Amino acid sequence: MSFAVNALTRSLNVFHLAGSPCNNCDIEILELLTPRYDVERFGMVLVGSIRHADLILLSGAFNRKAAIRARRVYEQAPKPVVVVAIGGCACTGGIFRDSYNIVPPINRYIPVDAYVAGCPPKPEAMIEAAVALIGKLKGA
Amino acid sequence: MRMEYGIYILHVIGIGLVGTSVVGLITSWIDRKVTARVQMRQGPVFLQPFYDIIKYMVKETCVPAGGSQMLFLFAPLVGLAAAAAASTIIWNALLAPVLPVHIQGFPGDLIVVIYLLTMPAMAVVLGSFASRNPLASLGGSREMKLILAYELPFVIALMVPVYKAGVTIRLTEIAASAPLAASPWGFAPSVILALIVAILCMQAKLTVVPFDAPEAETELTGGAYVEYSGPPLGMFKLTRAMMLFTMPMFLVTVFCGGIVMDRGALKIVLGVLKYVGFVVGIVLIRNTAPRVRIDQAVRFFWGPMTFLALLAFVIAVLGY
Repeated sequence: MSFAVNALTRSLNVFHLAGSPCNNCDIEILELLTPRYDVERFGMVLVGSIRHADLILLSGAFNRKAAIRARRVYEQAPKPVVVVAIGGCACTGGIFRDSYNIVPPINRYIPVDAYVAGCPPKPEAMIEAAVALIGKLKGA
Repeated sequence: MRMEYGIYILHVIGIGLVGTSVVGLITSWIDRKVTARVQMRQGPVFLQPFYDIIKYMVKETCVPAGGSQMLFLFAPLVGLAAAAAASTIIWNALLAPVLPVHIQGFPGDLIVVIYLLTMPAMAVVLGSFASRNPLASLGGSREMKLILAYELPFVIALMVPVYKAGVTIRLTEIAASAPLAASPWGFAPSVILALIVAILCMQAKLTVVPFDAPEAETELTGGAYVEYSGPPLGMFKLTRAMMLFTMPMFLVTVFCGGIVMDRGALKIVLGVLKYVGFVVGIVLIRNTAPRVRIDQAVRFFWGPMTFLALLAFVIAVLGY
């Protein structure tokens, strides 16, 4: 495990990229910052600018226009950066997968490192994904 | 080059940069921990600010296309250097009795510190305008207005302890006279008034809530820092942490007698407690106040704060 990866896993700045979600996943994501779960204990904080991000959270079903912009946002992020798809819509397109303007799965546009299924997923599931991701990074 | 210059440079790097960074990052942990406790959360681990800085150092640096590349990368260095120099002078005042004179070099005075404390904010303005980002420009212009707003009452408020200490601008002499207690009643009303003004100006100098309009995370997504990433962003964060040490310590030195190292262990503990009290005060203000608009901030500093500072000075001249 390299020094850089160790530092990265202890201080993940999270950027939330919403691709027209219904906001249910977003509410569950914000739950992580509240006193009950408080992921700042592990150094995770939400940031407003993609240039500060180490982890990109995708939520919602990405349509043709949003997917291209998501790709541009991903390219603007300083590397190394990891991507997590939150919720059924971001993972597979969910109930919108047969819609004419939806481009499931999003990993055709952005390399996704972890998927959290659920509609919406529970905060515990997202924490499990974060733990798995940190394990994956450290194993690499 | 003479031998002494080498010693001075080592002194600035060793105490000003490394020492202040360590103390400043610990202070920023206090900031985050107290914030978390106010919000009934657990808060980050003790070493979290150190992990953050190391993380920024290993990330990629993105330079925005079309911006001024040179200025964009140079601005964080200016801020860091100014914060290191300002804190070195304050360390000199604190360590004056225990540090040999030939290591201290230029002892520094109030006016140099006032100038140097403005430099990190100027560096933020330069960096934000070099980023070629509308949000950053907005943040930069707000930062500039904020500098114009708070400098006037801040300098007038600092005149009060200077006057109380017998019109001297040497930090060690001001600290030794302990202006806050320089009154027949045990506390000086003029200095207390000036201290209130200085604390609110410090809040603006550190650009924390209620005067964080230049950053405005929820509105400008990081404002002046929006295009920064990797090591330059880490340098800005480090500068902020260093200022979080330098500013309260400066006020402790000028208003409350500072931490004078040769007065015994009890005095040192008392001095450190004064400093921690100031820091917790900043954090509590920042967690209980809303953000003010930039025009409100300018009006606040040029109106009531300047008036209060002038009033404090008049009271000081009258002898209270």
